[in-house]
Amino acid sequence: MKRLSVPILLVILFSILMGLSYFEVIDLYVQTVILFMGINIITSTSLNLVNGNMGEFSCGHAGFIAVGAYVSSILSVALFTKSRAFGPPILPPELAAYGFPFVLICGGIASALTGLLIAIPSFRTRDDYLAIITIAANYIIITAIINIDKIGGARGFMGMKRVIFAMEECAEIPWMVLWVFLFTVLTVIIIRRYMSSTYGKGVEAIRQDEIAAEIMGVNTNRIKLVTFMISSGLAGIAGGLYAHTVGYVNPKSFDLLKSTEALVMVYLGGMGSITGSVLSAVIFTLMLELLRPLQIIKWVAIPLLLIIIMQFRPEGIMGHRELGDIFPKLKKFYKFK
Amino acid sequence: MPLLEVDNLTQLFSGLCAVSELKLSLEERELVGLIGPNGAGKTTVFNIVSGFYQPTHGEIRFQGRKLTGLKPHQVSALGIARTFQNIRLWKEMSVLDNILVAQHYHLGYGLGGLFLRTPRYLKREKDIRNRAFELLEIFKIDQFAEEKPTNLPYGMQRKVEIVRALSSGPKLLLLDEPAAGLQATDVSELITLIQWVFDQFDLSIWMIEHQMKVVMSLCSQISVIDFGKLIASGTPEEIQRNPEVIKAYLGDDQL
Repeated sequence: MKRLSVPILLVILFSILMGLSYFEVIDLYVQTVILFMGINIITSTSLNLVNGNMGEFSCGHAGFIAVGAYVSSILSVALFTKSRAFGPPILPPELAAYGFPFVLICGGIASALTGLLIAIPSFRTRDDYLAIITIAANYIIITAIINIDKIGGARGFMGMKRVIFAMEECAEIPWMVLWVFLFTVLTVIIIRRYMSSTYGKGVEAIRQDEIAAEIMGVNTNRIKLVTFMISSGLAGIAGGLYAHTVGYVNPKSFDLLKSTEALVMVYLGGMGSITGSVLSAVIFTLMLELLRPLQIIKWVAIPLLLIIIMQFRPEGIMGHRELGDIFPKLKKFYKFK
Repeated sequence: MPLLEVDNLTQLFSGLCAVSELKLSLEERELVGLIGPNGAGKTTVFNIVSGFYQPTHGEIRFQGRKLTGLKPHQVSALGIARTFQNIRLWKEMSVLDNILVAQHYHLGYGLGGLFLRTPRYLKREKDIRNRAFELLEIFKIDQFAEEKPTNLPYGMQRKVEIVRALSSGPKLLLLDEPAAGLQATDVSELITLIQWVFDQFDLSIWMIEHQMKVVMSLCSQISVIDFGKLIASGTPEEIQRNPEVIKAYLGDDQL
């Protein structure tokens, strides 16, 4: 029972979401907000791995999201639809539903490799310097995209909606709800498994005392690279899901503001807490929607909130603790490691 | 073949000579000491042996293998573990996790196994955990397994740090001033503990210590360095009588 409670809860939540979307109880707008929640959960939990658990300060998360978004969009559009840029579909469009997860994972792998490329030179530096390098990387990625005319340059890249239509040819279900849910759960499981293994505890050791970690036998350079790659790879998957939810990507939507959003979510939730990152992603997404009528003033209200949090609860909502640490009695009912 | 050979070791820090042409060797199953006045370069020697500094000149061989050029984690994998003068436990991790992480280099599973929870991964994690608990039980600190090290008294933290060093299964244990900051009663306890570790585990111990009581009652051989140079070595009795050592510690009165 203890072992099954989390999977059962997830199946129930999944059925509810799919049911509500399928019978159109919730409209497309609410659906999109829910999808954004999932995507933001992936974004914040993956950034939390580097900023919260490892204690490095990465500020360019949106760069990796952009790589994943573009790579998976280009692949899915080129493979499954007729487009002006890439001509007729390479594979029969009926395969879209089966091919989509692979396309997403390819986007993730591309992001992870980009992460590796940035991590190798930047891990010789630390702290502030790493922050500056990741900001620079964020800009390099965006500028590179703007200057590739084949994928739309500054105008952006579209056509992903047709991929969704191709999937719907196969079966008339809310596909994006399915994919976002699946990959969100997968992300949280991956991070949880990583951090609860002895290997992953090396990440915590690096944050708390890197020199002691290295001397006690932890290959700190390697573990930092691996962690950074996992983080950026998952960000790439978030990017792919975002691109296919919106149906359109534009380099401007992956600038520093997006990276800042990711940082806000991590600090709001609490450094190093997966529960906190999930919770804050949900709250943050809701808040963005509720404050939408304020338009640009929204970006006065949200930083203000961040200042208030830093003043009165600097450790964030959860503050380096998980659900089970706050409600120890709950541990009797679930097992999630 | 000696367990550890330090050959003509010299360490310059931008002109300052911290260690100069040091020659030492350590046999298997030996408990030896390294003493010297403050700033003599003792910890620097340990930092070089554990791979944290690369020496300017000279060589270190461990079981005939060259250590110079290796990274600290590689040195640790060969079987050299150490403790620190100012305790460097991972403060926000439980005592158990501290001991688990120190077994990092011989985890015996890959990332694939980790994410897929393969039987091999589960077995290895269990083995590592069992080994950690075994050690905690031997040292009678298993009741603190879930405690954060900062919640323990100082003497207990020292003990945890020694257990952490032992968990990687070292052949040579470097103790950097294990008695620093301990109260008199804790010091005699520490002496018993170190002697017990030496008797129970198949290893050599090399320790830096300021408190003569500790060095004199534990070590069979002592080396004395001053200004990075070896000035004497021998049994505790010989060292106590050596005029060079007395001069280094008490100063030269024939000015």
